[in-house]
Amino acid sequence: MRETLSVSHAEDNPSTRRDFLYYATGGVGAVATGAAVWPLVNQMNPSADVQAASTMRVDVSTLETGTQVTVLFLGKPIFIRRRSEGEIAQGREENDADTIIDPLARNGNIDDSAPATDENRTLVDFSGENTGEWLVMWGVCTHLGCVPLGDGAGAFGGWFCPCHGSHYDTAGRIRRGPAPENLPVPTAEFVDETTILLG
Amino acid sequence: MSGIPHDHYEPQSNGAKWLHRRLPIVSLMYDTLTIPTPRNLNWMWIWGIVLAFCLVLQIVTGIILVMHYTPHVDLAFASIEHIMRNVNGGWAIRYIHMNGASLFFIAVYLHIFRGLYYGSYKAPREVTWIIGMLIYLLMMGTAFMGYVLPWGQMSFWGATVITGLFGAIPFVGDAIQTWLLGGPAVGNATLNRFLSLHYLLPFVIAGLVIVHIWAFHTTGNNNPTGVEVRRTSRKEADADTLPFWPYFVIKDLFALAVVLVGFFAVVGFMPNYLGHPDNYIEADPLVTPAHIVPEWYFLPFYAILRAFTGDVWVVMFASWITGGIVDAKFFGVIAMFGAIAVMALAPWLDTSSVRSGRYRPMFKWWFWLLVVDFLVLMWAGARPAEPPYSTISLIGSAYWFAYFLVILPLLGIFEKPLPQPDTIEEDFKEHYGTSGSKGDTAATPAE
Repeated sequence: MRETLSVSHAEDNPSTRRDFLYYATGGVGAVATGAAVWPLVNQMNPSADVQAASTMRVDVSTLETGTQVTVLFLGKPIFIRRRSEGEIAQGREENDADTIIDPLARNGNIDDSAPATDENRTLVDFSGENTGEWLVMWGVCTHLGCVPLGDGAGAFGGWFCPCHGSHYDTAGRIRRGPAPENLPVPTAEFVDETTILLG
Repeated sequence: MSGIPHDHYEPQSNGAKWLHRRLPIVSLMYDTLTIPTPRNLNWMWIWGIVLAFCLVLQIVTGIILVMHYTPHVDLAFASIEHIMRNVNGGWAIRYIHMNGASLFFIAVYLHIFRGLYYGSYKAPREVTWIIGMLIYLLMMGTAFMGYVLPWGQMSFWGATVITGLFGAIPFVGDAIQTWLLGGPAVGNATLNRFLSLHYLLPFVIAGLVIVHIWAFHTTGNNNPTGVEVRRTSRKEADADTLPFWPYFVIKDLFALAVVLVGFFAVVGFMPNYLGHPDNYIEADPLVTPAHIVPEWYFLPFYAILRAFTGDVWVVMFASWITGGIVDAKFFGVIAMFGAIAVMALAPWLDTSSVRSGRYRPMFKWWFWLLVVDFLVLMWAGARPAEPPYSTISLIGSAYWFAYFLVILPLLGIFEKPLPQPDTIEEDFKEHYGTSGSKGDTAATPAE
């Protein structure tokens, strides 16, 4: 019907100009809607105070061999275990066990592709030596986030998650149960003989 | 609305005519309340009213509880004790709200299984069914977030486990989980948003309930025979149906009264029977309770979540075919949501042209096995995640999926249905004699 009205533009596609306006308006409308909705979604992300880069110093001078301490860091527990000779030996012996489910070390202080050997799981002490004594990791089950029980719990002498039955060994590696990954080792270092800096 | 011939509202007075011309709201209410309803509805058709009552009960008691509750991690637990000890009658309001959630789920499960047995999900009631499933999902979300609010140990760790489900999604899981929680772990931000959503969702449910009712008022109710109401003449329609008001309203209210006797017995004498003692310990992010158990109404699906561990062949196959993207954890999450998704797809998975299970000799057995399966999964979900419970959960989960994905499609092909009555009137007379139509109420109880 528009063709009958337009004489001078008889050769043109008569709706080109209208199409352009239609798509331009629609496009601007979509962008504006997105821009309006994004703050409503983003407000649910961690607020500035939660996000604020956080570090924590933990004094481990009183930690006896064969015991562990749990500290709350960023709202989640961190296990710091000073392992006994027996636990170190057991962890290293089982490096090649075929029940190791997750082959990666999951250690924030070394390369992402490092294998899950006992040596790759532990923390270097202040003198720069990896004695295998210091195991620091998030105390959050990689299945659904419960806190595993420690002090030799579970079938592999390490940790056991009571929620869904995940067993971790003396190096915090997942060995049995539904959890998919080893307990992650956070970024951490000794800043003097007896103090660990987390984060 | 339903295309069944029946009375319509005629405004009589001048005032009524004046309003009707401007807003036909009385007409809408009249047509809704007097909708022709199949005469032969049995006692399994009362749960809709119980559910409507539960929704109102929960909204009213919930609004009252919020007047006394403090959504802050340091104060929430104490404010619940304040409600229990100091607020006038607060203990009763809270116990009714707590157990009201359980009544809500008892009713919704009976309502859903009623629909599954009598084929209420089949054409033309698929939309009613889908909206019902959406309501059920929202109910679960609302109940879960409500359970977090008292900030006890089960609240905190339940929230940790359930939000952890979203963390299992490949690639974007961690970002989604952090977004849901508002931080690296369950904390104050989580508690506040859960209160906000727990308050909002019941009103969304109320909106969907209206659509649910609108949908089945458009198609007409199903009934125990699955035979449609005759729409060809007013006389035949009247022989098959009775108006909802007063016949079914009175019946439903009587049933509601009986149900409420049981409900208030629980509220009065054993209000914590369905809860967990751990939730009377304040939330502690450093100590996980020895045994995290969700509320009873989540247990069947919780069992399905836990059933699929890394040593199950389907999980290994899924992991292999996706190059490890779908691991045991994500598979469990898919299975849990999938269990509800296959139920929602029942209208298209069931190939039988016969609606009611009453006339399906083979279907009956599989259906009752599904009911048993549901109860077994509920039981296994409350047990620790170790043999033999893990194996039982796996078998139970397998049957759940098999029922919807294999048995329902195949039964329609292999089953020879029994003869169905031609009309609802015929079925009604067979069960209750001819007396019902003469206003004589000497009827035998429904099946």
